Amino acid sequence: MIPTSHLLVFSLALFIIGMIGVLTRRNAIIILMGIELMLNSANINFIAFSSQLSDLAGQIFSVFTIVVAAGEVAVGLAIIIALYRNKDTINVDEINIMKG
Amino acid sequence: MAPGAVVFYLLASLCVVSAVMVITRRSPVHAALFLVLAFFCVAGIYILLSAEFLAAVQVLVYAGGIMVLFLFVIMLVPLETARTPPPVRHVAVSLLLALLLAASLVSYFWNAPQITPAEGVPLASGLGNIETVGMELYQRYILPFEVASVLLLVAMIGAVVLARKQT
Repeated sequence: MIPTSHLLVFSLALFIIGMIGVLTRRNAIIILMGIELMLNSANINFIAFSSQLSDLAGQIFSVFTIVVAAGEVAVGLAIIIALYRNKDTINVDEINIMKG
Repeated sequence: MAPGAVVFYLLASLCVVSAVMVITRRSPVHAALFLVLAFFCVAGIYILLSAEFLAAVQVLVYAGGIMVLFLFVIMLVPLETARTPPPVRHVAVSLLLALLLAASLVSYFWNAPQITPAEGVPLASGLGNIETVGMELYQRYILPFEVASVLLLVAMIGAVVLARKQT
């Protein structure tokens, strides 16, 4: 039996790594990958508590998280393609038309 | 130490290392391949936590579907060369924010009240897990399940409309 606190620390590490990736990288594709890592760490938390409380609800909610992640990636990558077609770059620093 | 715990620590450290590689590699292709490795490690941890159905879904949806999408987009969008690294101040502020979040969450975990197991559907492992998850999804959670399918439809239509060639 793995202690739940170790699982929480592991998922926290994964979340922080994803967050640093989102904050520091400029390539929009890598930013989406960081968001995927953060969603995965939320899933690990759900499963960890589901296993500790021996309650199935955590696993059900993880299924819904995976559904949202799949939809988010599809729309996000479509936005990246549209962005590249219109602006010829996916560097988020060069995309500042909303800056006012 | 129990064999399950040893496997967990191995998988967790491999997952953290590959996650670090995802955000530090310059080439998006390498980052995508390390992301696959991280997803597989997470699927292994799901199996250790007796969530076999989710481990299968993780491999199919993440390592299968989402990674194929990522690689397709990486092929469609040319790799940028000679990028300038981000300014040091930007990275420093990001690291500071991340450490702040980590510190606050760790202190919360430290002082969190002890959780007592609640009444719920007991976990089954192996093939029984798939059966119980299916029964729960189609009985108690049938409405969210249908809403999720509508969400996927909307995402699919939105992706097609966004990525379509403008005429």
